[in-house]
Parts: sequence; structure tokens; C-alpha cells
Amino acid sequence: MVNTTDIKSTKRLLLFLGRRWALLFLLFEAILFSVIARGFFTVNVAQIIFFYGTSIFLLGTAETFVIITGGIDLSVGFVMGFASIVSAKLIVFLNNSGLSPGLSIVAGVLITFAIGLIPGYVNGTLVARLKVPPFIATFSMLAITHGTSELLIRGVPATNLPYLANAIGNGYFIYYVPGRVISLFVKPVIERGEYFLELIPNVVVFTFIFILIFAFILRWSKFGQHTYAVGGSVDAAVRAGINVRKHLVKTYMLSSFFATISGTIYVLQYVTGKADAGAPFLLDAIVAVVIGGASLYGGIGTVGGTLLGCLILSVLETGLRVMGVPTFDKYIAVGVILIFAVLIDQFFPELTHKGD
Amino acid sequence: MGYMLEVQHITKRFGGLVAVNDVSMGVNAGEVVGLLGDNGAGKSTLIKMVSGVYHADEGKIFFLDREIRISDPMDALGLGIETIYQDLALAENLNVYSNIFLGREKLRKVLGFIKVLDHDLMLSESRAILNRLEIEIPSLKNKISMLSGGQRQAVAISRSLYWNAKFLIMDEPTAALGITEQKKVLGLVRLLRDQGLGIIIISHQLHDIFSVSDRLVIMRRGVKVAERVTKDTNPNEIVSLIVGAETVRR
Repeated sequence: MVNTTDIKSTKRLLLFLGRRWALLFLLFEAILFSVIARGFFTVNVAQIIFFYGTSIFLLGTAETFVIITGGIDLSVGFVMGFASIVSAKLIVFLNNSGLSPGLSIVAGVLITFAIGLIPGYVNGTLVARLKVPPFIATFSMLAITHGTSELLIRGVPATNLPYLANAIGNGYFIYYVPGRVISLFVKPVIERGEYFLELIPNVVVFTFIFILIFAFILRWSKFGQHTYAVGGSVDAAVRAGINVRKHLVKTYMLSSFFATISGTIYVLQYVTGKADAGAPFLLDAIVAVVIGGASLYGGIGTVGGTLLGCLILSVLETGLRVMGVPTFDKYIAVGVILIFAVLIDQFFPELTHKGD
Repeated sequence: MGYMLEVQHITKRFGGLVAVNDVSMGVNAGEVVGLLGDNGAGKSTLIKMVSGVYHADEGKIFFLDREIRISDPMDALGLGIETIYQDLALAENLNVYSNIFLGREKLRKVLGFIKVLDHDLMLSESRAILNRLEIEIPSLKNKISMLSGGQRQAVAISRSLYWNAKFLIMDEPTAALGITEQKKVLGLVRLLRDQGLGIIIISHQLHDIFSVSDRLVIMRRGVKVAERVTKDTNPNEIVSLIVGAETVRR
């Protein structure tokens, strides 16, 4: 005779594991690469994963908000490229007109943040007020920002940034000379025979400050609650007195804002602005959100889940690189993972639509 | 004192179609009025003018002896006129107490300036209101998608009541429910009536309407054709009034 409590607890265990399939997949991936890719399991590679992952993390967060409202933002990749060019041009311009490198960078980045809200405002207005499907509105914005970027640079990449940009973008938060000194942000002076460890790239710190603030907003604030409500039922949100149109406009602006942050960070990292800087990350961002348990039908998703999805992709990419596998193999893997994630959403709703 | 809620000579046109034609009716506090009529008779249009979804072309609306202008649903809610639609308008992906407080969330401050959702307060307040209505829902942290039809109805009603509804409009409250749940919802309607609310119910289920309402208003093709005190009439007469088989006695 079969013991029914046994079956129940087995079922509960399977459900417990099933709901955490993304986390298990990440562990599996990390262990696999650690075993088969020589030199993968090191602090350095871990830092590289995050350093090159900043774009996916930021675009993924942008996409999370939009997807929870039941929309999609296809423009984030090229808004990021647009922002990289605008900020690079601004910083160079300000620096050339006599401002100190530090001020040029701060002012250039802040002005870019403001300009970066414009594509989002247009997207949101098209979607919320003029009832253009998000797919079409943001796809058009993709083309428009791409064209505008090319127009701004006319085939010549934006370069000649002050050296400080490079120092910030490729610097580290913590420098540690063993047994002697810990220095924040500034490289320590070392004597002969000494060496220092570099821990946590600056850009990773910036990235996570923004992401954590907005993860908190999504989880704990009225704005976050309304984002879920709009995605769950527009009717319910309207009748509850939520200004749905305004909320959607804000959401698309937020998405653009994150793409803009990503663009400015790209400039610091690579000391150049490029129209297609973010193009490869659009698919990654959407895949990460879906892996993270969000539903493309709206109403469900978390920033934490998205970060997990982003990590799966960055680990995959870095692992394949360490192994020396060509990167286009990555695209095949990403495509397969996306279909896999969507199928889980479709056929095992109990795994994603948690009861609490 | 007159009616709690009264509409006078109210008319609504959609292009050439007159959806509601010169209708007058009133509801007292502590009274349930059933609004009856076949599909397209204008019942929904009539109540949507009271709940602020539509704008009346002609006529006046009085609430608590004052003439009121309702230009959007928030105006109606502000006055204490709550409408519970057939689809309930609940966000299925949110839990019970989040739905009760949707759009009017309780907040608390952390670190003195950051406002965050006060989940504990919303949970305890929701529990209190559900207890007052003698409604049992296993966990208020459950998402709406996990609840039965009757429980959803109860959540929608408690949502209105928490915000001090004085007047309730219910569109087909029992349509999607099982028999036990229908009884519970009707019991709830009686309870609310006894607490002094004015209530309009739209329903096709004559049996339900007869068991719960004090008065009946019958509409046909946008016109109010009759008004009856429930205990002085019978389903047969009402059916003929709805379909127009009997000479109308006004």
C-alpha cells in the first residue's frame, strides 16, 4: 500500500523545487562551468560576470516594470545606445568648453538622464493615451532612436572622453593591499613587491544602487502596488481610482530612464558612445524577465526574479567565453531558454503564480 | 424626507438610440429595489449614470436631498455611492486585502520620510470588515484568483463598505454563483439593508429578486413601464411586464 502522506510530501517537494527552477538552473550552470571550463571558478571571473552584466541587469529591470503592466518595451536597447552617444558628446563638449573633467562627467550624465526620459514619455503617451499597441509604439521608438543616434554621430563614434571617465568606469570600489591598507575608489600607491586586490567594479556599485532603489519601490510602495494592479486588471485599477494612463506613462519613462543609466555606464566602461551599444541586450533583458517568473500577460514579476534571470544569461555568456566557444552559440542557448521559460509559464502556472 | 437616492426624468441617448427615456425612480434608506428588464431595456445605462460612468443628457439626480452632479466614477465614490459590477473589477493577481484597499492604500513611514505600504494595518482592517459581514475567507493573503465566486463577491462588497458606502448598486450579484453561495450573498444584501444602506439590484434571477427586494422597478426599451411593491405582486405579472405581454397599469 502506498503511503498518502509520502505522496503529499513528495508533491510538495517537487512544487518547492519547481518554483525555484531558475535558481536551480543557475546553480547547475555555475557548477557545470566550474567543472568543464578551466579558470572559471575564480573571484575575477565572478567580477567579470557582473561587470559585463550591468547592461542586462539595468535593461532587465527596465523591462520588468513594463512587462508587469502587461506591455513590452522594445526600444530599451537603442535608447541605451542613444543615451551613450548623447552623454559622450555632452561630456566631450562640456570638457572642451572649459569645464573640469569631473564636472563635465557629472553634468553630462545628469543632462542625459533628463533627455533619456523623452523616448519613454513618447512611448507611454502612445500606449496609454493613443492606444497604440506597446509592441508597435516601442518598435517605432527603436527605429527612431537608432536613426537619431546615427544622425548625431554621422558614422564617427563619439570618442575623446576625458581619462577620468575611463578611471571611473573601469575602477573598483575597494582596493586592498594585503595586510596594509583598504582604499575606497582610489588606487593605493604600492611599494615594490606588493600587490593590491581589486574588488567590486564601480559600475556594479552604481548599477545596484539604482536597481535596489527601484526593487524596493516595486515591492513596497504605492507606485509598485499600482503597477501590479494595472497589469492584473485595467478595469479594476480604473474603478479603484488609479490614473492608469498617467501610471503607464510613468512606467515607460522609468523604463527609458533605466536604459539611459545603462547607456551612460556603457560610456564610462568603454569610453565611447555607440548607436548599437545596447542592441544585443534587448532580447537578453526580455528573456531574463521571463525566466524570473514574470508573465508576459502582465500582473506578475519581481526585480529579484529578473536579476536571477540576468545572472543565468551572464554566467552562460561568460562561461562560454572562458571555454572559447564562439558567442553566436550563446544566442541559440538564449532562444532555447526563452521558449523553455515561456512554456513553463504556459503549462505549469502553479509554478509561477504563487499563492501569496 | 424624500428618497435617499432619486433620479428625475433622466434621459440618455447614444446617437439616434434613446437608451433611457425620461425615467424617474427613487430608493429609500434601508430599502432594496430590484431593477428588472430584458436585455437592452436600459437598466445598465440607468445605473451607469448614477455611478458616473455615463453622463445624463437630461434629468436630475438627488442624493440625501441634494441635487448632485456626477461627472466621473470618483465623484460617485466620494459621495458614498458604490457600484459592484458583474465582473467585480478585482485584480486577480493581488491578494484579498490589497484589493480591498486598492487605490486607497494605507501607508506608513520608515526612517521618517519613506512611505511604504502598511500591510499589517490593511490586513487587520480587512479582517475586521469581513468579520462584520460574517464572511469567512481562509486567508486574506490569498490571491483573488484562488477564491470562489461568492468569496470574490464578498470581497467586492467589503471593499465598498470599508469606504463608507451609503448606497450600493449591484449588477447581477448572483449570476455566476452556485446555489449555496447565492444564498450567502442574498443574506449579505439583507444584512446591509438592515444596517441602513439603500440598495439597487439588477438581476435576471426573478427568484432572487423576489426573496430580497422590497420594491421592483420594471423597464422596457428604455422606458420605466411599472413599479410594484414586491409582496403585492407575483413572478407571472412581472414576467409579462418585462416582455410586454400585459397592458401596462401605471
